[in-house]
Amino acid sequence: MLEKTICAGFGGQGVMSMGRLIATTAMENGLEVSWLPSYGPEMRGGTANCHVIVSSTPIGSPIISTDATTVLALNLPSMKKFEHALIENGLMIYNSSLIDQQPEREDLRAVPIAANEIAADIGNLKAANMVMLGAFIELTGILKADDLVRALGKMFGSGKQQFIPINEKALREGMRAAAQG
Amino acid sequence: MEKVLMKGNEAIAQAAIHGGCRYFFGYPITPQNEIPEYMSREMPKAGGVFLQAESEVAAINMVYGAAGAGARVMTSSSSPGIALKQEGISYIVGSEVPCVIVNISRGGPGLGGIQPAQSDYNQSTRGGGNGDYNMIVFAPANIQEAVDLTAEAFEIADFYRNPVMILGDGMIGQMMEPVVFHETPKRELEPKTWATTGTGGKRAPNIINSLHLDPANLEKHNLHLQQKYARMRAEETRYELYQADDAELVFVAYGTASRIVRNAIIQLRETGVKAGMIRPISVWPFPQAAFDQLGSQVRALMSVELSCGQMVDDVRIAAAGRWPVGFYGRSGGMIPAQHEIVDACRSMLEEVA
Repeated sequence: MLEKTICAGFGGQGVMSMGRLIATTAMENGLEVSWLPSYGPEMRGGTANCHVIVSSTPIGSPIISTDATTVLALNLPSMKKFEHALIENGLMIYNSSLIDQQPEREDLRAVPIAANEIAADIGNLKAANMVMLGAFIELTGILKADDLVRALGKMFGSGKQQFIPINEKALREGMRAAAQG
Repeated sequence: MEKVLMKGNEAIAQAAIHGGCRYFFGYPITPQNEIPEYMSREMPKAGGVFLQAESEVAAINMVYGAAGAGARVMTSSSSPGIALKQEGISYIVGSEVPCVIVNISRGGPGLGGIQPAQSDYNQSTRGGGNGDYNMIVFAPANIQEAVDLTAEAFEIADFYRNPVMILGDGMIGQMMEPVVFHETPKRELEPKTWATTGTGGKRAPNIINSLHLDPANLEKHNLHLQQKYARMRAEETRYELYQADDAELVFVAYGTASRIVRNAIIQLRETGVKAGMIRPISVWPFPQAAFDQLGSQVRALMSVELSCGQMVDDVRIAAAGRWPVGFYGRSGGMIPAQHEIVDACRSMLEEVA
């Protein structure tokens, strides 16, 4: 198994955390993982991305150049930038709440998820990243929701446990949206 | 022991504490800021001292002082900051006190950029400051290796009474990978009877100093230092051979560059090109011995670096005219793509056909 995912969006949308959660959960499941962030003079509202590799064998380079299997795009600049990083027939999950167009490439498996609206409906716009993550695990099948929630509990530590239920709800709504999509 | 997902910088900081480091002095610079950030939070919990100095020069001299008092001490910085520390490093070597210095390097020269680079190779492996000196320089290629080497670096520094450098780059510092904090291999260490810990009125004062005005004394001191470096060359060289047994082209790459080369080798082998790699783990001492193990099927060597070509000189020395030596590098924070390395390998093999 080799899954190369790029998570990208505005700074503040939680794209780094999404990638970290994928990596943490996969690690807890005994898989090899790497997480590589973009870094630079970045700020809230600027663009941010991370490269996450999950593999059943040791990982060489943590950089994903033109061999991404999945892109999770939370805003339009991210979709435009990274659709060309996908392999043929790669998976593009995009946040249709903020992206009102489809990817240019026609070979892609493009899945719109109204992440902001779904997150707002369940009561926390900040959980839009978890909605996207729900769609990701539903469509790729590489991780289970229960494992992801358990890893989130570890990542949050003792001080933030009260945020687990809303995040889990967002995750499951994302899975449902992807299954219906 | 539990496997945890950690960012390279934080893992290096934790590894230092794990390795017995109890004093950290530093000054902020990207892309290594998570090291002092982590130290500021965790070092006091370990009963140690974190101090943000007013400059890199101040930080390295605080390291000098703490090391002279016998403490396990570390500083970290990135390329231009490490350049500023060179005077202190030279004094520390001259005074024979142990410490660990981390360079999470970035593109240069000057302030350069903040993206990963390996253009501090010469600065790291040639001493860097004034005088005839060297230090062991480890260049980890993944976070687990960074953790293991950093923790062990304190033992090695104490053993030789000489600084040890961990040479990473922005990618090693910023990326996350799973790590386990193993038990650190211990060395038999002499008590630090030379440390300036106070005489208590019971002995003559210890003096930590790098000044030797009598040329005969200074030469004697230099010859003593050279003996230490000879021992380091003999005993502290580390490297990995990857798919080198039948390789026609052998890459030489360390740290981040070696990870991309590893992928390129897999791709080349899928298309029938026999490529392999010598991966120096210690870039000083440079692993000459690895080259002597290469078989007669080797047709060419190629150094791949995130620089305009620095380690390639050491590769030429190690090759000693036995093989043609090629070079492929990107600089300024640009990372070579896998296909660039594959193409460079194919061209080189055509050239030597």
